[in-house]
Amino acid sequence: MGAIEVRGLVREFKKGPRAVDDIDLTVAEGEIYGFLGPNGAGKSTTVLMLTTLLPPTAGTATVAGFDIVKQGPQVRASIGAALQEAALDRFLTGREHIKLQGSLHGMKGADLKQRGNDLLERVGLTDAADRKVGGYSGGMKRRLDLALALLHRPRVLFLDEPTTGLDPQSRSALWDEVARLSREDGVTVFLTTQYLEEADALANRVGIIDHGKIVVEGTPDELKAEVGRSSVEIEPHDAARLADLERALAPFGEPMVTRGTSASIRLNEGVGDVAAIVRALDAQGIVVHQLRLREPTLDDVFLEKTGRSLEGSGDNDEDETPSA
Amino acid sequence: MSAVLATQVLVISERSVRRTFRQPAAIIPAIIFPIMLLFVSAGGLQAAEDLPGFPNVSYFDFALAVTFMQGAIFATGGAGTDLATDIETGFLSRLSLTPMSGAALVLGQLGGAITLGVFQATCYLAAGFIGGATIASGVAGVVVIYLLVILMAVGFGAIGIAAALRSGNGEAVQGLFPLLFVLLFLSTINLPLDLIPITWFRWVATGNPITYLVDAVRSLIITGWDGPSILAGFLVAFAIAVLGIIGSAAALRGRLQRT
Repeated sequence: MGAIEVRGLVREFKKGPRAVDDIDLTVAEGEIYGFLGPNGAGKSTTVLMLTTLLPPTAGTATVAGFDIVKQGPQVRASIGAALQEAALDRFLTGREHIKLQGSLHGMKGADLKQRGNDLLERVGLTDAADRKVGGYSGGMKRRLDLALALLHRPRVLFLDEPTTGLDPQSRSALWDEVARLSREDGVTVFLTTQYLEEADALANRVGIIDHGKIVVEGTPDELKAEVGRSSVEIEPHDAARLADLERALAPFGEPMVTRGTSASIRLNEGVGDVAAIVRALDAQGIVVHQLRLREPTLDDVFLEKTGRSLEGSGDNDEDETPSA
Repeated sequence: MSAVLATQVLVISERSVRRTFRQPAAIIPAIIFPIMLLFVSAGGLQAAEDLPGFPNVSYFDFALAVTFMQGAIFATGGAGTDLATDIETGFLSRLSLTPMSGAALVLGQLGGAITLGVFQATCYLAAGFIGGATIASGVAGVVVIYLLVILMAVGFGAIGIAAALRSGNGEAVQGLFPLLFVLLFLSTINLPLDLIPITWFRWVATGNPITYLVDAVRSLIITGWDGPSILAGFLVAFAIAVLGIIGSAAALRGRLQRT
């Protein structure tokens, strides 16, 4: 049995579409599973159900071997979670957070003190431990959030968009710690993200969710291999020549969804086509403003499966915080 | 109460107290405002002492009881607003992911409200003594005032908690403030019930539970041991506490959907 087993999970809210629509997934022990999708796709709702904070409308799921509906307390004792936005009390210090959360988990005395000190050191907050959280940076809050999630030695860790809003340095530090947890401590990590590079860098396997449904699942390499070939995106200097550009590119590969002012194709022969494309455009007098050659990415996978680009695709979606 | 629940209540109370006392902007008005109002009303309404039937005490002594009611109303806002903030920031979800029981959450928040209430009462009594007030019921009466303050903090704190759990919104909880202050002013805070000249006002004050709370504290300060007043005050405070806790428990079930 996997650390997380989900079968036919559904969550409906009043007056809304299904936030999560009949999803199945399995996450093995010690695996980092990246749950990728735009805002409003159903990622956070899935996490809330798997962490027992929101009952599902239909379907079943087990986490760490316990049923999320029938064995909520056992699930909560086995998991750690850092949900969207580091939910901390700005009037308490880092160490006071450790004491509060540890005590509620039944930890006490020397064990709690030692574990707290170890985790504060591991996330680089020893010096700031006695300062009020209101003065922490976003990265420090996220690291404290992670330490709190790990306090009671959970077997499964849920991280809901853990690096949103962080600077690159803080993001990288958090990635290193999450990778270490999986590699050295055998912790299973369920990570939601809307950052492609995050899923690519961290996840052993990725599930892409859109409009509540998992549209594809596999390792990042498998998914990218499915898309296959490199692509080229060209933006003409004169936007009025976009249609001419698309016609000129047609012999070199299949067209891809464009972003308005540019044309993209998936190359038939790979990068070798580029020289021929440039010559063809030159022959037709189409001046190139920008040319981008791209290896397949998870965004291409998303584009392929949903017809939309992941980046910015959720901008107009409603916030997925449950309201019912 | 089991040892686990007791521990949970203790740590949540401790956090609530820390949080409260680290917000001077929230706590100072709760102390200063009722004391200022006491001195202002004692000065402005001193002429009431000459009314036939007014108790044979200074208006300052008469008005001292009102500070305790205002303190209870601040307890409502404090406990509720803090919890609403926890809901808005997701801190409640963090706590919900631990084995914390719902009862521990409510009782812990109330623990914070009680601590604040006792601290406020101490400040009000100190201000009263500085202003020359005496407590007719003596030291034992002060103990009874504290007991009543604790019960009022539980009742009004529970109302604030219920509002926070129901709305999940600090502004909605703050919206209770004006309502409670209207109730306060429609009670016997300024004059004894018998001396209220307007009939409808006297009827409203008679039906207003705050009248009985004010009168109970007031009787301990200016009369001594007035059994019926004290009993009525405790019964009303107990009823408010029971209703508040029932309301909190019901709201908690709606808020915490965890399985």
